[in-house]
Amino acid sequence: MKLNYRIVIFALAILFGVFFSAPSLFQMQDGKKVTLGLDLQGGLHMLLGVKTEEAVKSRIKSIAASVKHFSERKDILIDTLQFDEEGITLTLLDKDDVKTIQSFFHEIEGAIVVVVDERISLSLSDEEILRTEQQAISQAIETIRNRLDQFGLTEPVVARQGEEKILVQLAGIKTIEEEQRARELISRAAKLELMAVDEDRTARVYSMSESEAASYGDVILEDAANPNVKHLVREIPILDGSMLTDANVGFDENNRPLISFSLNAEGAEIFGDFTGRSVGKRLAVVLDGKVYSAPVINERIGGGSGQISGNYTVMEAKDLAIALRSGSLLAPIYLMEKRSVGPSLGADSIRASLIALVGGFVLVIIFMVVYYRMAGIIANIALIANLFIILAVMSLFGATLTLPGMAGIVLTVGMAVDANVIISERIRELIHEGKSIHKAIEEGYANAMSAILDANITTLIAAVVLYAYGTGAIKGFAITISIGILASMLTAILGTHGVYEMLEKRIQKSKNNLFWFGIKG
Amino acid sequence: MEFFKYTKTFNFMGKSKLAMIMSIVLVLGSFLILATKGLNYGVDFAGGTIVQVKYDTAAPIDEMREKLKSNAIFEGASITEFGSEDEVVIRMRTTTGDVVVDVGDLARETLVGTGEFEIRRVDIVGPKVGSELKEKGIMSLILAVIGILIYVAFRFEWRFAVASIMALVHDVSIALGAIALVGLEVNLDVLAALLTILGYSLNDTIIVFDRIREGVVKGRDVELSETIDNSITKTLARTTLTSLTTFFVVFTLFMFGGEIIHAFAFTLLVGIVVGTYSSIFVASPTLLLFGFDVKNYHVKLAEKAKREAEKERMRSQFESGVM
Repeated sequence: MKLNYRIVIFALAILFGVFFSAPSLFQMQDGKKVTLGLDLQGGLHMLLGVKTEEAVKSRIKSIAASVKHFSERKDILIDTLQFDEEGITLTLLDKDDVKTIQSFFHEIEGAIVVVVDERISLSLSDEEILRTEQQAISQAIETIRNRLDQFGLTEPVVARQGEEKILVQLAGIKTIEEEQRARELISRAAKLELMAVDEDRTARVYSMSESEAASYGDVILEDAANPNVKHLVREIPILDGSMLTDANVGFDENNRPLISFSLNAEGAEIFGDFTGRSVGKRLAVVLDGKVYSAPVINERIGGGSGQISGNYTVMEAKDLAIALRSGSLLAPIYLMEKRSVGPSLGADSIRASLIALVGGFVLVIIFMVVYYRMAGIIANIALIANLFIILAVMSLFGATLTLPGMAGIVLTVGMAVDANVIISERIRELIHEGKSIHKAIEEGYANAMSAILDANITTLIAAVVLYAYGTGAIKGFAITISIGILASMLTAILGTHGVYEMLEKRIQKSKNNLFWFGIKG
Repeated sequence: MEFFKYTKTFNFMGKSKLAMIMSIVLVLGSFLILATKGLNYGVDFAGGTIVQVKYDTAAPIDEMREKLKSNAIFEGASITEFGSEDEVVIRMRTTTGDVVVDVGDLARETLVGTGEFEIRRVDIVGPKVGSELKEKGIMSLILAVIGILIYVAFRFEWRFAVASIMALVHDVSIALGAIALVGLEVNLDVLAALLTILGYSLNDTIIVFDRIREGVVKGRDVELSETIDNSITKTLARTTLTSLTTFFVVFTLFMFGGEIIHAFAFTLLVGIVVGTYSSIFVASPTLLLFGFDVKNYHVKLAEKAKREAEKERMRSQFESGVM
């Protein structure tokens, strides 16, 4: 009696399938489970683009702010300072100061500095621009991930896709409001700027055009609480959110939520210097281009902390603090693709595909038994084992089951019996030729092998290509098809062969080919 | 039970002329439909927006149309029933780039007052993403065909590969023709179905080819057309059976799988029928047409066997230490 190794492997495969698919089937607490795709459990999938040119602009703006601060500290008198997306141009009153500024500029990475008399200009090299753009994308991914981690969803996905796209996937969003909140949190620039109010001209702000304001080096900003109220502030901020180290929700004396923030050493120093110089003037706290408050500076503010009061709810304040804490977006993001599915639709999809799966499954099972009798039952055992194995493998890999993935499983049910059909037909043929049962089984399997392998491998090629090129839900289809094909080869080639080996003696004894193979003779 | 018992060999190749004419007519007809009517690309490839809305009673489509007219952003939006009368889909070419407020949100606000409804699905595909998906889709089809071609050529012979590709082109053309004819929306799921058809149709073709190869190896001095007829007859039971079981399951998917899976299931249904037909009436006659030479193949096989034997001899010599 030689060891029937095939049946052993088959039994192990069935055990493996049942054991590892159990957590998914019964939604157990522990054990690896198949995750449901966004299209089945509801959720939000977005592809975001980054307006990288804005990142370059704000980089230049922050260089302008730092050179202004530098020259004030060194008592260098600047005649004019202009900047645009190309670079910065300064004209100095004293030619002797050019060297000082020039050495300051040279310390800036990727700077191209040109000096003509007392004019000095700075632009960024192509490599530096590219680096800034790439950094804006990486920073956006980092920032969005930080924000979503604090938002309280299970396992948000934030990843780079291709060169310049950001993939965001949020599963299990239940309501429109929740989705809205998540989207606001993701896209919020959270750019904090502290700016000086132009006290000399702010009275005329309502009759001033934007270009006139620009000629004074100012910008006109709206008030956050009331869009009709306008403020005139210096265009170059005193400092911005990059010097922020922390932001938290606090409450004022009337128990209204406010946000307190703290600055790093450099920020604290600049802030202290400025407030010391500007007692009696107003400081505008600007968030995302809107003025939240413009308190009068009563004394020098050291220690590097401040507050942003505004008209918001506790929830809004919380989200705002998260956004500030996780850093601002260097560049605005925009929507390239969005797919959002409500939970009820997901549930409907699960129901419909389960009906199709069970319906198709029952049809195939009945058909096989009627046509092949016992051989059909053996094929059906392989088919059921197949389903378990697909689920088990998917659970182990933590693969995602999507609606097309479900369709793939349904299709697998139809195609998985194919290998057994080929084998059964071969066995029948050989019995008709008058071969012994043993010979018919052995040769039947041997003859069928090449056909099964070739046919399945070509389908596998198509599935692999689909996986490599497919996106999202379609990938799920490719996965289930591939696993299904591999599992059906295992169950058909090894599994059922083992079963026949086990039963061979009985088949020979009974002489009832109708019962075993559904044929007369 | 053996209702697909084929003991008598059918004269398939005798009928291959008729089948060829039919295939050519079908393929040309498909090309004609594709050229005149064209494919109806859905949002995945053309870019645009889909908003799926479910009302708790029958959807007030006329009222919805009126409401949507109030905003220019919904220019050219179409509203169609989706699976049942209380569910509809709004399709438009417009897309928006704002993350916080998108077309879907605007549609929700605009429809306020048309009854109790919920927005069940919003798909927005920007033009850039759409064209990328299209590029990728076409690439994936071509790559799959090339991969399969290489494999078949490697396992059989180049003529088999050419014949199977002919069958594939035939199947995909007719499937695309059918899709264009019924005006099905072509989205990613339809592409996935087309790729599945590639695999499936080839599955059938290879089973037949495998038998032909076997027949060629065993049956010396038999006319190729006879070998082909024999092989097809022998595999006919299996072809009928597997096609039937697969047809069953896809049909249940088509009937009960819900509206979202409809296009996918339809494409597969067409593919299964055409794929089964083509493995018999397209792939095999093409083999004949290309003049697959049985005698030559035998010579090749004999050479291969000789080489193997030579290798075996060397190996045994080497292993026994005789150099």
